[in-house]
Amino acid sequence: MTAPLLNISDVVVDFPMKGFLTKPFRALKGVSLDIAPGETVGLVGESGSGKTTLGRAVLGLAPVTGGSIEFDGVDITHVSTRDRRALSRDIQVVFQDPYSSLNPAMTIGQILEEPLRVAGVGKAAARERIRELLAQVKLPEDSIDRLPRNFSGGQRQRIAIARALALRPRLIVCDEPVSALDLSTQARVLDLMIGIQEDTGVSYLFVSHDLSVVRHISHRVAVMYHGEIVEYGDCAQVTETPVHPYTRKLLMAAPVPNPTEQAARRHERERVLALDDAS
Amino acid sequence: MSDPAVQTPTIPGSPRGGLFSRVIGDKMALTSIIVFVLVLLSALLAPLLTSWDPSRADLDDVLAPAFGEHILGADGSGRDVLARLLYGGRMSLLGAFIALAVALLVGIPTGLIAGYYQKWFDSISSWSANLIMSMPGLIIVLAVISIIGPRMLSVMAVFGILLSPGVFRLTRNGVQSVRKELYIDAAKVSGVGDISIIARHVLGVVKAPLVIQAAMMAGIAIVLQAGLEFLGVGDSSTTSWGQMLNEAFLNIYVAPLMLIWPGVMIGITVGALAIFGTALRDAVQGTQSLPRARKTGSQEVLPAAIEVVDGALRDRDRRGTLLSVEGLRVGYPRADGDTSIVVDGVDLHINRGEVHGVVGESGSGKSQTAFSIMGLLPTGGRVLSGKIEFDGTEFDAGSAKFLTSIRGNRIGYIPQEPMSNLDPTFTLGSQLVEPMRRHLSLSRAAAKTRALELLDRVGIADPRRTFDAYPHEVSGGMAQRVLIAGAVSCDPELLIADEPTTALDVTVQAEVLDLLRSLQQERSMGVMLVTHNFGVVADLCDRVTVMQNGRVVEHGTVGDIFDAPQHPYTQMLLDSTLEGTPPRAPLATEDAR
Amino acid sequence: MIRFFLNRLISGVVLVFVVATLTFMLMSLSGGNPARNILGEGATEEQVAAKAAELGLNLPIFERYWNWLTSALTGDFGSSWFTNEPVMSSLANKFPVTLSIVIVAILVTALIATVLGVTAAVRRGWIDRFVQVFAVIGFALPNFWVALVLVTIFAVTLRLLPATGFTPFDTDPSKWALGLVLPVAALVTGTIASTAQQVRGATIDILERDFVRTLRSRGISKQSLLFKHVLRNAASPALTVLSLQFVGLLGGAVIIEKVFALPGIGSLAVNATTQGDLPQILGLVVVMVVLVVIVNLLIDLATGWLNPKARVA
Repeated sequence: MTAPLLNISDVVVDFPMKGFLTKPFRALKGVSLDIAPGETVGLVGESGSGKTTLGRAVLGLAPVTGGSIEFDGVDITHVSTRDRRALSRDIQVVFQDPYSSLNPAMTIGQILEEPLRVAGVGKAAARERIRELLAQVKLPEDSIDRLPRNFSGGQRQRIAIARALALRPRLIVCDEPVSALDLSTQARVLDLMIGIQEDTGVSYLFVSHDLSVVRHISHRVAVMYHGEIVEYGDCAQVTETPVHPYTRKLLMAAPVPNPTEQAARRHERERVLALDDAS
Repeated sequence: MSDPAVQTPTIPGSPRGGLFSRVIGDKMALTSIIVFVLVLLSALLAPLLTSWDPSRADLDDVLAPAFGEHILGADGSGRDVLARLLYGGRMSLLGAFIALAVALLVGIPTGLIAGYYQKWFDSISSWSANLIMSMPGLIIVLAVISIIGPRMLSVMAVFGILLSPGVFRLTRNGVQSVRKELYIDAAKVSGVGDISIIARHVLGVVKAPLVIQAAMMAGIAIVLQAGLEFLGVGDSSTTSWGQMLNEAFLNIYVAPLMLIWPGVMIGITVGALAIFGTALRDAVQGTQSLPRARKTGSQEVLPAAIEVVDGALRDRDRRGTLLSVEGLRVGYPRADGDTSIVVDGVDLHINRGEVHGVVGESGSGKSQTAFSIMGLLPTGGRVLSGKIEFDGTEFDAGSAKFLTSIRGNRIGYIPQEPMSNLDPTFTLGSQLVEPMRRHLSLSRAAAKTRALELLDRVGIADPRRTFDAYPHEVSGGMAQRVLIAGAVSCDPELLIADEPTTALDVTVQAEVLDLLRSLQQERSMGVMLVTHNFGVVADLCDRVTVMQNGRVVEHGTVGDIFDAPQHPYTQMLLDSTLEGTPPRAPLATEDAR
Repeated sequence: MIRFFLNRLISGVVLVFVVATLTFMLMSLSGGNPARNILGEGATEEQVAAKAAELGLNLPIFERYWNWLTSALTGDFGSSWFTNEPVMSSLANKFPVTLSIVIVAILVTALIATVLGVTAAVRRGWIDRFVQVFAVIGFALPNFWVALVLVTIFAVTLRLLPATGFTPFDTDPSKWALGLVLPVAALVTGTIASTAQQVRGATIDILERDFVRTLRSRGISKQSLLFKHVLRNAASPALTVLSLQFVGLLGGAVIIEKVFALPGIGSLAVNATTQGDLPQILGLVVVMVVLVVIVNLLIDLATGWLNPKARVA
């Protein structure tokens, strides 16, 4: 059994609140999970669950006040800016909003060049790598000189993925990468990401509020509620036959695109609710 | 899966517009820059343009009229007016330049640091900026003059400090708004240093507003300097436009026309700066007066919609038709004068008591159709053609009159995004009560009672508290329930719901869908449910219309659409849903393959 | 709400204090010889020294500051070094004149700018263009130049309105009003122009907002939509602009007074500053800042009352 690539142990995140003596807000209350090389772990929950915060903590964008995060055996919980730069070769990010994750004033070429430049890659080598990346995400080469606003949401997300892949990272934190996309585009982008994983062996920490999206791409799934992980296991088990009542609630709340099945699910949900009320 | 990306067309690119090219492209901005440069040149090249010495006082020429030896005449001390105008420009422009330079040098760095790092530096500098902005500038400047004497250039430097809070605030706010953008986070994850982030990303965004503000401040500085000289606190030995106005004032009864020249120079110079500023602001923000649309629009040809024949069902529908839309076309004028068509010949009909789903992806025109039916298209949108029949009354789709009379009382609307659809300056209760009083002629007390009942009906735990609360004091889910209450408050016959649950968490969505179902059944309302989610359609709808790129591609009962979709687009959409796709196997099993 | 008010009040008091202190320190430390300036070139050394002692210029600076501060807090700002008139009384005579001009100007501005701005935003078309052009003209032409032109036309040539002089309100209200027409007209060209533009921009912005569409969908009347909802939301940025205009108007009034020979603080300010008359300058600065603080406080209160979200800030 290979050692985990990413090991999160009892991580606590507190956000300071406005005002003089107000207590800080505890967004994560001691969360643990691990990701093996080449694996996708899905993190699913609703707003306020802390799933986004956990992703940001791994990226160094949230204040961790307890526990530890280990990458490849090295503790990365509190990393300096210089070390973060070194880490950026291994850990990257794809954000949700394809409209604000790309600087509207920079061309695609400039956007893709930025991480390469920071890592010290020479101009010619960078150009070559950018061409490779565009091919990998199936975008035309003439995209290099165009601005983000010339592309659709799905295409921008591919650019964001290309940017994340630039330095051949071993782990990519994906924060709701397909939530803002159309239905037909979602499936395509997800399949692209699965294909990239099979080719390069990259791991994903895949954060989403959509159980069916998570089901499609994850090997294992963790369900979060109010800053804690309430269920954690193999994808099939968590997303089809969950044990925890909250996961069950999530599963039953998502409407099925089939009238008869949805009617059945609705009746089931009402029955469970009535049972809960009675107890 | 077929290779998707290369076939999808990109939006035709506008020229790579940096700030510079936008300026050159705009006629007003270009003209104003040219005018300003001309003024600047006239001041710099003064010795070439006139042979008169501006300070030479010739008692023979006192108040000499224009077009004689002195082209523009002479002033009260016999000095040539044109020469004084040209040389005076030097003083005025130089002073303004110094003030501007100081304001930018002080304001931009402090604004960048305060906005980016915040904490103590931000608190102190913001407080200082407020302090300076509250001080009556002229008095401070006068006090400064009393300390250092009438050295106008130093005074203008001090004035620059007085102007710097404006630059500081603009820069700081610009930085703060950009800080929250995701591409800054992405840059941080890539290990880009703070200074690089500020230089590359932040400055780029703040550039345009700063240029606009700089133009305005230069204008203000010129006017203030003229004012000081007019008061007589400047150095009387130097020539400047303000001095000339002071002298003109002394001779106002004798030679009032002398007022004109310096005033015109100031007006032209400052006016050019102001026009440059506003033209640039409009180009950046797009608040110009709207262009008029030309007649024809262009549109690519799409495969024809396939009619799903209802047969007998159709005849039955017509008797119980609540809403019927025929041939609806909606367009928006583009900057180049053409019209972009967003709804292209849409037919729709909804029976009484029926929940009708309108499904499509982004750009399908489903929301625009909904807005047109209510007569509430966004600015610039125009109904080009179409007929609507509502409960037996037929009217043109573009006519506002009938629609205005039925909005709120016969047609209700539930928007997508709860928070932005409530007036932040009024309580939730007052926003509920106002339409009811208007449509149902209720007294204030009766309307309040009814509102409280409604709030309870839609599942709000504490109706009284919510009634008195402001929008920012409640959660998104609660706000959406309040909006639903508002939509049904006057007992409409038709409810138009535009993606009512898209912005909500999935568990809240399920509750809201239950609420909509029970309300619909209770009141037998017809519902037009706009959504992109087929699960929602399966949950609530009786009949469905599928839209793509502004056209209807298929419509039918919910059973027909799900069991036997006819149009390839509908089939593709249904295939794309991820519900029911198999879960991924754990990693070990994949490796073992 | 109370907390908000107190917060602002304390900030205001601190502001007055800081400005007064800064002014005192800067002017006292700047060198120069006030005693000689007062007595003139011809005075002898002993006379200058005696005068300096009389004014307390020999004392260490902090003691002088303390003396000034303690008496200022009781309302005694001392006397002008040059005219020997008590500072407070000269201010009390002249300030009302300036104040009446400024207050009338700001009220006129608020009214006309709101009407113009809202109409331009709602109707668009020609009036929109007019407002934009007017904004540029109003910004470009210095208000004292406009004053000069107005005087030339209405007072010198047409002789319709008085060119100079001021009649107190209690003496003759109609003459008081007539005397104000030209100065106020000159002052407001600039302020109406820029305020109208701001109101126009704010109104356009609000009309685009989602909640306006939702309100319209509820079928409320056009009047209610505009005057109740849109205006209330546009008020906040408009009021902010007005408070800045007020500060500018105070400065503008000083210059205008020269054109119309009005007995306001204008000439007082110019003389005091050119001569270095410290007590007079301090009195002027303190009263002005207090005035600005009061006006800002009123505007903050109005904003907070109209926009509940702002109360938290």
